[in-house]
Amino acid sequence: MSKVSVANDPRDRGGAGTPLLDVRGLVKHFGGKGGLFGRSGSVVRAVDGIDFSVAKGETLGIVGESGCGKSTTARLVMQIIKPDAGDILFDGEAVGSAALDLKAFRRQVQMVFQDSYASLNPRLTVEDTVAFGPRIHGASTAASIAKAHDLLHSVGLEPRRFAGRYPHEISGGQRQRVNIARALSLDPRLLILDEAVSALDKSVEAQVLNLLLDLKRDFGLTYMFITHDLNVVRFMSDRIMVMYLGKVVEVGPSEPIFEKPGHPYTAALLSSMPSVDPDNLTEEAPLTGDPPNPINPPSGCRFHPRCRMASTLCSHAEPELAEASPQHLAACHLVGPQSGHPRLAAA
Amino acid sequence: MSAIDAGAIVTVNPVRSEGYWSSVGRRLVRDPVAMLALALILLIVLAAIFAPYIAPADPFRGSMVRRLRPIGTPGYPLGTDELGRDLLSRLIYGGRLSLFMGVTPVLLAFMVGSSIGIFAAYVGGWVNTVVMRVIDVFFAFPSVLLAIALSGALGAGILNSIVSLTVVFVPQIARIAESVTTQTRNRDFVEAARISGARTLTIVRVHVLGNVLGPIFVYATSLISVSMILSSGLSFLGLGVKPPEPEWGLMLNTLRTAIYSQPLVAALPGAMIFITSISFNLFSDGLRGAMEVRQ
Repeated sequence: MSKVSVANDPRDRGGAGTPLLDVRGLVKHFGGKGGLFGRSGSVVRAVDGIDFSVAKGETLGIVGESGCGKSTTARLVMQIIKPDAGDILFDGEAVGSAALDLKAFRRQVQMVFQDSYASLNPRLTVEDTVAFGPRIHGASTAASIAKAHDLLHSVGLEPRRFAGRYPHEISGGQRQRVNIARALSLDPRLLILDEAVSALDKSVEAQVLNLLLDLKRDFGLTYMFITHDLNVVRFMSDRIMVMYLGKVVEVGPSEPIFEKPGHPYTAALLSSMPSVDPDNLTEEAPLTGDPPNPINPPSGCRFHPRCRMASTLCSHAEPELAEASPQHLAACHLVGPQSGHPRLAAA
Repeated sequence: MSAIDAGAIVTVNPVRSEGYWSSVGRRLVRDPVAMLALALILLIVLAAIFAPYIAPADPFRGSMVRRLRPIGTPGYPLGTDELGRDLLSRLIYGGRLSLFMGVTPVLLAFMVGSSIGIFAAYVGGWVNTVVMRVIDVFFAFPSVLLAIALSGALGAGILNSIVSLTVVFVPQIARIAESVTTQTRNRDFVEAARISGARTLTIVRVHVLGNVLGPIFVYATSLISVSMILSSGLSFLGLGVKPPEPEWGLMLNTLRTAIYSQPLVAALPGAMIFITSISFNLFSDGLRGAMEVRQ
């Protein structure tokens, strides 16, 4: 297995300028179908019209509180659940089109789940789990097992010790390494990591994050890294997308977002990170309360009930994504110069 | 990774862990109650298989002069029945039909019921709803009543009572199979297999069956005792085995007239039914315990 880089990947179709993943107008609402026994009316707007793209070779970090639609977005991209609306383009081709059928797509996009135990079949040994993918895509048993051992080695698990083990016999960090090896077994180009390190303790988390950085380099991968941990996302990501109640509120390169966030929600999230600097302690709780119910999201800007900057404009007009700095977009009336937000006029 | 760079397929031999079933077996062996139950079951099964070699007398040959002898009569260790036939021999031979009628309907229902339940749960959606509502209709009838009604409609006979008992057990097993499969199919590893592009049949074979058949099987073993009692009941009512064939339920029926003259002898077939079914139940409990230690 020679090292693959993003630049010389033979599977590249669209060229370096085409994003590896391009998502447009993605919508998913849950519930609402009035069945025979009720359950009618309430619609959860899990993902409510989002656009984003992931460039080849980059890591896009997706952050947000619980229930903001991060995991739903991952499942929609993976085609585990069907979107209500929207297009997903992979390397310039629509998923499910003649040029890129679902099976071909799935060989190129894989996912690592949060729960390392639930995502491994308790009846299969580690090597059988990792070899399953190559096996069903037509590799011989011997070749699949050899590939599994190779991958176990790559994720830092000595095949001689671990290949014959069952999931309950190994630790959480080791299980997550097995999950990563399983995801890599189909030679994907895009890896979606859905809270992949959130359940691990801090020292193991750091090891797995470093492993992910090494694998990204060695296998020429592109990552979609979903987490609620801001330190992790800063360490891992080239670009960051912040979600709130099914909407993208801010997206852009890592550094500008961390240095000068464009959206008050992002600013609040960042200031909620515990500070270790005694001269710069967090004095007041930047965000209070839970996110509003996605069944009935607030009108206008969805963040306005919790926002310190909110004005009457925010409660009835929904802000569009506007450029806060180059390539850095935020959906806030304070960013668009013509929005008419009173604080802009005062400034 | 360097070992693979040469291009050759190099597979190291990893340390093998103990498989799931061998660990279940190891825990089961340590359970004295389950082992005692298993020993009793084996004893009864072996006695039934080798009946011609063990039975002291012909189970069909009676004598009018030595009817209803008590337990301990020389030559007739467990006495004689109402037609003067040796009761011990009839009990040994009777195990053949009683065990057959206890196990066969459960085995058939295990195959049919698991298929229905796993199919319904895996397909899900309205198919699942329709299948399970039809199954629910069968739960409206008490199982004894359903077995009697079906046997009565089909007519007396061993085959018909097996069919009717199978129909009684299929819904119960399908219900369990459906709930276990629904739990399993929603776990992340099934989703991971789906996103790796595996076909549904492959996912069911590799990832679902191994996790659901065990629990369904344990439930099915607990039904063997019910099946034995129901089939004995059918024979008792004249809907199952016909005389003079030895079968514990039928023997209980024909001996009931002797309940005042030879109560101990008359109770023996019932005792056999009791011992066998409780052994199956205790073994099933032990199996469940041994399998539940971890998922």
